[in-house]
Amino acid sequence: MTTGAGDHSIVTRGLTKRFRGGQVAVDDLHLSVPRGSVFGFLGPNGSGKTTTIRMLLGLVTPTGGAWELLGAPMPGGIPAALPRVGALVEGPAFYPYLSGEANLRRYDAADPAADPRTASRRIALALERVGLSAAARKRYRAYSLGMRQRLAIAAALLGPRELLVLDEPTNGLDPQGTREVRALVKEIAADGTTVFVSSHLLAEVEQMCTHLGVMRTGRLVAQGSLAELRELNAGETAVVRVETPDTAEAASVLAGLGLAGVRTGDGEAGAELGAVAPERITAALVAAGVAVRGLAVRRPSLEDVFVGLTGEGFDVDG
Amino acid sequence: MSTVDGTGIVTEAEPAGKGATAGSGPAAVPERSSGGAGLRAVPGGLSAGAREQAPASRPPGALRAWWRLLGSEAGLTFRRPRNLAVLAVLAAIPVLIGVVMRLFAEPLAAGAADGPGNGGAIFAQVAGNGLFLTFAALSLLVQLMLPVAVAVVAGDAVAGEAGAGTLRYLLTAPAGRTRLLAVKYGNAVLFCLAAVSVIAVSALVIGLALFPAGPITLLSGTTISFAEGLLRIGLVVLYVTAGMAALAAVALALSTLTEAAIGAIAATVVAVIVTQVLSVVPQLSWLHPYLLPQWWNGFDGVLRDPVATAEMGQGLLVFAAYTAIFGSIAWARFTGKDITS
Repeated sequence: MTTGAGDHSIVTRGLTKRFRGGQVAVDDLHLSVPRGSVFGFLGPNGSGKTTTIRMLLGLVTPTGGAWELLGAPMPGGIPAALPRVGALVEGPAFYPYLSGEANLRRYDAADPAADPRTASRRIALALERVGLSAAARKRYRAYSLGMRQRLAIAAALLGPRELLVLDEPTNGLDPQGTREVRALVKEIAADGTTVFVSSHLLAEVEQMCTHLGVMRTGRLVAQGSLAELRELNAGETAVVRVETPDTAEAASVLAGLGLAGVRTGDGEAGAELGAVAPERITAALVAAGVAVRGLAVRRPSLEDVFVGLTGEGFDVDG
Repeated sequence: MSTVDGTGIVTEAEPAGKGATAGSGPAAVPERSSGGAGLRAVPGGLSAGAREQAPASRPPGALRAWWRLLGSEAGLTFRRPRNLAVLAVLAAIPVLIGVVMRLFAEPLAAGAADGPGNGGAIFAQVAGNGLFLTFAALSLLVQLMLPVAVAVVAGDAVAGEAGAGTLRYLLTAPAGRTRLLAVKYGNAVLFCLAAVSVIAVSALVIGLALFPAGPITLLSGTTISFAEGLLRIGLVVLYVTAGMAALAAVALALSTLTEAAIGAIAATVVAVIVTQVLSVVPQLSWLHPYLLPQWWNGFDGVLRDPVATAEMGQGLLVFAAYTAIFGSIAWARFTGKDITS
């Protein structure tokens, strides 16, 4: 770790959590979340994301390693750092017999750095941000799943935050709600706030993230900017596919250009693109008189990288 | 490092080069704003508030923050329907006792006088002076009803928050573990005082309504004025509150061991009952001075003249010891605990 803590909101060094049964939930985690980034923390269910978040916030004590939050060494820095951190951990949790507004006031009272004189204004603002102003005086018990999730986000926005930790923020939201959360996260990030957002679905976070970290069975298998992660398998999987009735001829042209992995299928021929420019392939095919109906280059998507790192399917880790 | 100047540009020292382009801010990510109706973009939003607030806000005094959290706790406790129901039951029982004693005064007093302990002697006095109903009600309720009420609130204190998941949000606020526990205990003591006072006031009102009032003849035979009688009721209220505060420390310790509030509450009540059973087994008489419930009733010294302080002093020492021991257990457990709920 050559970077100083000053330009990172979260830094962990060898963070490890071994539960009493001997099960290792998080193993030797070296995470660095740049200040101002929107960091997607990805991994299948049970891969250690939530345990990591609980450790970062001081809820669970690591059995090894060290970490810093907003430049403060933890866990000693909890009183200094956590008032500047808004958190949504494993879903909403509120007092069912209190209104949304009273619930936020309760959490605000727990923060020794929060100014009681500005509480009403900050609470109203947070509710407005998540679109709950109209339901502010309704009891939490009567809230729908989506409203509960929004209230939890509002609780994370009660004060001026430098870091927002959102654990699966789109859980329980409909597609419209999911889009709204994305828009909100971007808006918050535009203010300069670092956002650390976990998800088990790449599609949920890909569009809003600048950086990604990928977990698998308690280990961080990759992290970096989106571009860096795309490069992880850039060389190997860019593929060209030619739609044509003349599959044999097309295949021989592709082979003639020196492409690897040439194959033919039903009405199409394909190969790995390698370093060859697609326009050269088009020209060569036309020159050879191949009837080209379509030509597509498929570059490796982030999804492929993610699936490659974490495995496919619904297996629950650990 | 503030939210203002930290905007956007992220320079990454590692790996060189790439980070700067890739991290050039969320604006680089192509997606049109959804324009969704629900999560509205507030122009200027939170950061505007932050800028406004930042220069003016000195951190509010630590003491003030403690009071604010205690106020929040008390607000939850004394607005919660369940706790209000418990207080209502505590207020109703002296009324019941008073009415029953008024209707069957003679036989009950005679029977009670033969019973074990000093409670009987106090009961026998009620017919003569309404003030004694307060002593009678407290000596009766302090055995089980009052401990159950205290267990409901103190046993719920940590376990209830853990079970509901609200504990993790209090701690990430960050409430601070020691601070939260101390405030929770302070709130439990406040509830003890409220519960004891509710009984005392209810018994006082119904006692004066149903029985004669006036100067009181004490157990030692001397007579004190009505006003001094009220003062001595105040002493009893404080003594019983101290006894209940010791029980609250036990309940709080049990509350840190579980995420099921009902478990902590039940465990406390069971502990009280088991101790009550032990305290009537003569073979265990060597153990009795160490049992908490044994001392809850030790307030009839105030009905002597001058006030017999020896037994109450012993009782307060026992309460202090229980509070210190179980308070330490609660603190050790809670500050080292992994919050996984």
